[in-house]
Amino acid sequence: MTLTIPSFQLSSIGPWLTLTVTAILILVLDALSPKGQKKVCFSWLAVAGLALAAFQTIGLWGRSGTDFARMVYLDNFANFFYLIFILGAALTVLISRQYLEDYGKNLGEYYALLLFATVGMMLMAAGAHLIMIFLGLEVMSIAVYVLAGLFREDLRSNEAALKYLILGSFSSAFLLFGMAMLYGAAGGTLFLSDLPGRLGADPAMQPLVLLGIGLLIVGFGFKVASAPFHMWTPDVYEGAPTSVTAFMAVAVKAAAFAAFARVFFLAFPALKVDWNMLLWVLAVATMTIGNIAAIAQTNIKRMLAYSSIAHAGYLLVALVAANQLGAMSLLYYLLAYTLMNVGAFGVVILVGRKKDSYLNIYDYSGLGAQHPVLAASMALFMFALAGIPPTAGFVGKFYIFSAAVQAGYIWLAIIGVMNSLVSVFYYLRITVLMYMKPAEADLGPVAFSPAQTAVVAVTAAGVLLIGIFPGLIYTLAMNSVKIFPGL
Amino acid sequence: MQLPILSILVFLPILGIGVLVILNRKRHKELKVATLVISVVEFLFSLPLWFNFDSGTAAMQFVERYDWLPAYGISYYIGVDGFSLLLIMLTTFLTPICVLATWEDIQHRVKEFMVCLLALMSGMIGVFVALDLFLFYVFWEVMLIPMYLLIGVWGNPARRVYAAIKFFLFTMFGSVLMLVAILVLYFHYGKTTGTYTFDLIKMYGVSIPFNMQFWMFLAFGLAFAIKVPMFPFHTWLPDAHTEAPTVGSVILAAVLLKMGTYGFLRFNMPLFPQAAHYFVPLFSILAIIRIVYGALVSMMQKDLKRLIAFSSVSHLGFVMLGLFTFTMPGVQGGIIQMINHGLSTGALFLIVGMIYERRHTRMIADFGGLCNPMPVYAAIFMIVTLSSIGLPGLNGFVGEFLILLGTFKTNIVYATIAATGVIFAACYMLWMFQRVVFGQTTNPKNQELKDLSWREIAIFAPLILFIVWIGVYPGTFLDKTKASTENFVAMMEKAKTTQVSQSHVFKGEAQ
Repeated sequence: MTLTIPSFQLSSIGPWLTLTVTAILILVLDALSPKGQKKVCFSWLAVAGLALAAFQTIGLWGRSGTDFARMVYLDNFANFFYLIFILGAALTVLISRQYLEDYGKNLGEYYALLLFATVGMMLMAAGAHLIMIFLGLEVMSIAVYVLAGLFREDLRSNEAALKYLILGSFSSAFLLFGMAMLYGAAGGTLFLSDLPGRLGADPAMQPLVLLGIGLLIVGFGFKVASAPFHMWTPDVYEGAPTSVTAFMAVAVKAAAFAAFARVFFLAFPALKVDWNMLLWVLAVATMTIGNIAAIAQTNIKRMLAYSSIAHAGYLLVALVAANQLGAMSLLYYLLAYTLMNVGAFGVVILVGRKKDSYLNIYDYSGLGAQHPVLAASMALFMFALAGIPPTAGFVGKFYIFSAAVQAGYIWLAIIGVMNSLVSVFYYLRITVLMYMKPAEADLGPVAFSPAQTAVVAVTAAGVLLIGIFPGLIYTLAMNSVKIFPGL
Repeated sequence: MQLPILSILVFLPILGIGVLVILNRKRHKELKVATLVISVVEFLFSLPLWFNFDSGTAAMQFVERYDWLPAYGISYYIGVDGFSLLLIMLTTFLTPICVLATWEDIQHRVKEFMVCLLALMSGMIGVFVALDLFLFYVFWEVMLIPMYLLIGVWGNPARRVYAAIKFFLFTMFGSVLMLVAILVLYFHYGKTTGTYTFDLIKMYGVSIPFNMQFWMFLAFGLAFAIKVPMFPFHTWLPDAHTEAPTVGSVILAAVLLKMGTYGFLRFNMPLFPQAAHYFVPLFSILAIIRIVYGALVSMMQKDLKRLIAFSSVSHLGFVMLGLFTFTMPGVQGGIIQMINHGLSTGALFLIVGMIYERRHTRMIADFGGLCNPMPVYAAIFMIVTLSSIGLPGLNGFVGEFLILLGTFKTNIVYATIAATGVIFAACYMLWMFQRVVFGQTTNPKNQELKDLSWREIAIFAPLILFIVWIGVYPGTFLDKTKASTENFVAMMEKAKTTQVSQSHVFKGEAQ
């Protein structure tokens, strides 16, 4: 028997290769460099690798088709998500260095793992085969499990890693099980493009298909932190290092949504009626639980964790709408969410100072008087997360709810906007504390490291820029979702 | 090329913020002077609007239009007609006065205060000029933030945060539902005509099934009713007014509340005319409840500011009543009454603010006999009080008279009950005035009060000028609104006889 290796072009997975090579380079350099030396260069190396990957992604823009024996999609949908991941990872790297150094944890493997996770995400966004998507998911997840437990002397960090690992593995099993059922129902294929034709063929297989789809929803629902699979989120987000939390909240969620959207829009458009109903319920539950639970939080990381659950709910609305507009809004919102959430976490790190000493929301009292610019950026991120114009958060919500209305889900849109009303309450509370309450104690100086300051500035500017000129991203995103013919 | 006056009006305050940011935060005088200059320049820029306005047409004037998000049919589309012109002028006219009024009042975080004030100004003008529903919504929401901060940061320490959050959440509650309604309207328009646009003027023409109009009227109406505020959504208002700093109350009363009534006039009624006719009894009765209830509650208030806040509730009831007559005098009276209320209630809040600066109390019981130490103050207070209760020869009379005239034409019962509100207003205002200003100066603290300074007189002079002007010769102002009102009344008249399909369920779009 001869093994034929299908022809392929390495350039079609250029960004993956770049990031992998960078990560390995960092690991090697870390091993070679003498102990105790300040490891500044790793973060810059990581940023350089990410920049190169971004550059390659732009080079791939507009390509279409598949490569590696139909395993990898080359399309703008994937490219758009590559850029979101790269942006999320780069911002995370920049907010990390000083933060980790305070903990004595500025390790080479941190950056390597971050980059590996990013590669995993790219696999998920571009995978054309369910197994590819699963591989990507695992590559990403395992790296993130380790990252969550980075502070291994810290009990909370340990708890976060363990919880995430066990529950995550559980959800992966569900996902795999679902794939297995689809494999059986489709008569032995897991190519996304083959599935629609095969799944409807045999009516006797219908229960199997539905069960398979249900299990996929469980698996993806876990990764995007959708209710009722959200239980891990607050503990993991609170316990993990703040920079990792930021990364999980934006990039991991974006990757899960990329795969979620690609699989459901591409492989199951004919079964929309069935999964739509399920997702409708999930979306409503996720938004409501996330927002209501967030009200009760006094730890800023926990609050942002619940808020990220709520945002997963809004994003699910875009999936429920299942039209071009919905797919576009998903992309736009994830980009906007990356900017505003990393920005918010950047402020959390700056205000938290050395070793996360100030994570209670009451530590923000009087920030407006003591650090006006920092407080103003935090207020901007809070208003953006609450969806108030002229920020990117508003435009994102506007797109999502207009997609829902277009698809006829008016009640869903009403529940959604009512939820954003609830969310206003807890986001507003941060501004209340910052501007309307006296400081409980003198906050003292905040150490503004250049990289962290730059992240906050760039995200703040980005939130305003794509909020005031939504057309910039709209065209790109619309262009990226043309690949879903079923919508 | 014509000067884009409206855009200048919207964005000049934003530029002003840029200037303020550069200035040193410690130098309060400079910051205040800079803001004053900016607001005066803004007012000067609004003058050409007034003089070049063509009163003969109901069409939008000074129109500017640029694509914003063309794929969505969103554009930066602004213009004015007779309805918005007066409100814009009111806004630009009051802002310098407000800045002057902060001179002594605001002493901490002056820079932030001025930034909020200018941002608010930009947002308010934006709301009045926007002719694109998306743009309108953006301004409508943007404006919330500075007002929220004004109340929450510079309000009365005791309950300011409560009042600020209540204000924000109430308003937001209405507006998010309006957002859904805007989207439904957008897709309905797109489906029936094939073009997707948020252009308000184009949407005026589209026929909407009654069932849909019903719900959308309620959704838009809720947003505006909360802002006006209509009974029973008014509970945020007394809190916000009482806790806000003087200038916050002035702007809130004079301009922000008008956004609600303006919203009914600009959006609700023309977009959903059949539903508007259907809802006349409901909204008229709510308006009457407001008039009488507001007046009765005012009578019992012990706090001057709360009293004026509730009188505000009562006065705006007249505006709503007038607008819902869909007659020439009713609608014109409603618009004039919006301006009147802005002038006289604004002035009343300033009057209370000045006495509060001196005595640090607003309780009616703490005063009495103020006419002895403060004759000028008493005189101005008198004029404004009389204007507020609608004495002929002052502005309040014109508005209330026209509104009642319009109401008598359509429904005598409504008019009769509403007219009692005028009497109640006289009761509570004069009683309050008597307790505060007349009588013996019993409290020794009141005997040493200083009378108004030149700065304070300068604040009131322009207000009183217009209070008298509108009262004596309202034609100047009524002319500007005539064409627009005629057009509006004709449109509503026509809609009465137009049949629309009865039921229709919005199903979204076929994929």
